[in-house]
Order: sequence, then structure tokens, then C-alpha cells
Amino acid sequence: MANPQLNSGNPRVDIEYRRKKSAEEMRHQVVSFALMIFLTLIAFAAVAMKGFSAWFIVPFIILLAIVQVIFQLYYFMHMSHKGHEAPSLFLYSGVLVGAVTVLAFSTIIWW
Amino acid sequence: MHAEEKLTYETWPAEPEKSTLEAKNKFLGFWFFLGGETVLFASLFATYLALKDKVPDSSHTLAKDLYDLPLTFVATMLLLTSSLTSVYAMYHMKNFNAKKMNIWLVLTLLLGLGFLGLEIYEFSHYVHEYHHTFTSSAFGSAFYTLVGFHGAHVAFGLLWITTLIVRNAKRGLDLYNAPKFYVASLYWHFIDVVWVFIFTVVYLMGMVG
Repeated sequence: MANPQLNSGNPRVDIEYRRKKSAEEMRHQVVSFALMIFLTLIAFAAVAMKGFSAWFIVPFIILLAIVQVIFQLYYFMHMSHKGHEAPSLFLYSGVLVGAVTVLAFSTIIWW
Repeated sequence: MHAEEKLTYETWPAEPEKSTLEAKNKFLGFWFFLGGETVLFASLFATYLALKDKVPDSSHTLAKDLYDLPLTFVATMLLLTSSLTSVYAMYHMKNFNAKKMNIWLVLTLLLGLGFLGLEIYEFSHYVHEYHHTFTSSAFGSAFYTLVGFHGAHVAFGLLWITTLIVRNAKRGLDLYNAPKFYVASLYWHFIDVVWVFIFTVVYLMGMVG
């Protein structure tokens, strides 16, 4: 059976193209890794400095965590690629249920 | 294309993780599992948030005095870097280079092992220096359940990837085992996703008070 990705009729040309594509993807992944390290550093530094109030720091580091996780999901776990509609549905359904649980446990329930 | 077909660098498909029906099912099923894992960890986070610093009396150490930022920072860097090395492994998998893929996977394993070692040290430190144990308080139970569950996921990931490497050491890459490697790397990234929230919500927010 013919390889569905090789469609120019010349396998060498397609391999060149694919190698270039994956090298480009690798570059994006290295950039997102650098950004993730950077965000982690900011979060740790913000807490280590002790100069800010908890009302500012807590939402700030949670925001940094969410941005970092988006990089992880879309670049490292390839969710930015085509064919990830079902994975997005599964993941975001999980996130929705999870968010409601966290919200309930941290606001409505107390001891 | 079928799973056992002998492929070459030229005939290796662009998406080997989704080239057979079995692979497509595996890919979809694994993401479904990750959706479930999200809910599982979210409920453990919720429990931790509700029970943080809930201790019976003042002889118990609270989060603020317990956690150690430098240790958490080193653990975070180890796990974050191991996420990048497994990205490199999948890059070589897509280029049909089993040898380089294995090298990067072994690097991933070593970093993961370092992370697990630090976590074991951390737990034993809490138990011996602060008498902060699983049964000492509601705070202890919630803490060890959440962070321990994540640590168990790391340990399972290490065993899983080791098994894959050993099992396929002489086989090379084909469409039967490529999806297995791909799914294992997704799992490894997911462990890192959970850790990002653990270091933020447990350790950093714990230090803030």
C-alpha cells in the first residue's frame, strides 16, 4: 500500500520536506522549553522575594502555571497538530469537572 | 500499512503513532485516560486545598515551615528537563532512528529517577525531622496522597519506559511499537503537567501562606 504522506511522487523530496518540518517543530519545542523554564523561574522568584502580598502572588503564580501547562499540552504533547479534536474534548471535559471540584472544595466546603 | 510491516527510512510514515487502526485506537484511548487522570488529580488537589494546615494541635508543623524551596526548585528542573528529553526521543522516533530515540529515553529515565530520589529524600526528611506523616493529621494525609500519587505515577512511568526499551531493544522501530513509545511519552508529559500544578499550588502557595 502506498504511503499516504508521500504524495509528490518522489519520496526523496517528501523526506526532505518532512525533515524540515520536524526540525521546525523541534525549534518551536525548544523555544517553549525555554519559556517554561523562564516562567518557572519567575514563579519561584516571586515567592522567594517575600515582598508581595498573597492576594497578588497566588493568582499570579497560578496564571504562570496555566500558561506553562498550555505550552506543555500544545507543543510537547502535540495538541497544536491536526487530528486532536477528540483529545481536546476528553481533556477539556476533565478540566471542567476538575475545576468545579476544586472550586467546590475551596469555597463551599469548610471546616 | 500493517503493524508488522518492515519499513525503511524512506517508507516510514509522517505520523507513525496513528498509521494503523490499532494505533489510532490506542491514541484515542490514551487521551481518554488522560482526561480521567485530570479529574483524579483535580479531586486530590481539591482535597489538599480543603485540608491544608488542618492539624489537631500546635505541635504539628504547618506548610509554611515544612516546605523547602531550593529542593522543590531542583526537582522541578529535573522533571521539566526530562519532558524536553522525551520530546527529543519522539523527534528521533519520527525520523525512524531507534538508536537515538533510546538514548534520549534513557536520559529521560535518569532525570525521572533523580526526581524520584529527591522526593523520597523529601518525604523521609518530613517524617524524621517534623513527624509529618500520613496519619499525623488531615494535612499530612492530603499532602502525601496528592504528592505521593504523583510520585507513584513517576515510578510507574519509569518502569513502563524501561520495559518498552528492553522489550524493543533488538526489534527496531515498526508501526507496532512506535505508538507504544508515543503514548508513553504523552504519559510522561502529563506527569510534568501535574507537577507544574503541584509545585505551584502545594509548594509555592504553601510558602506564601
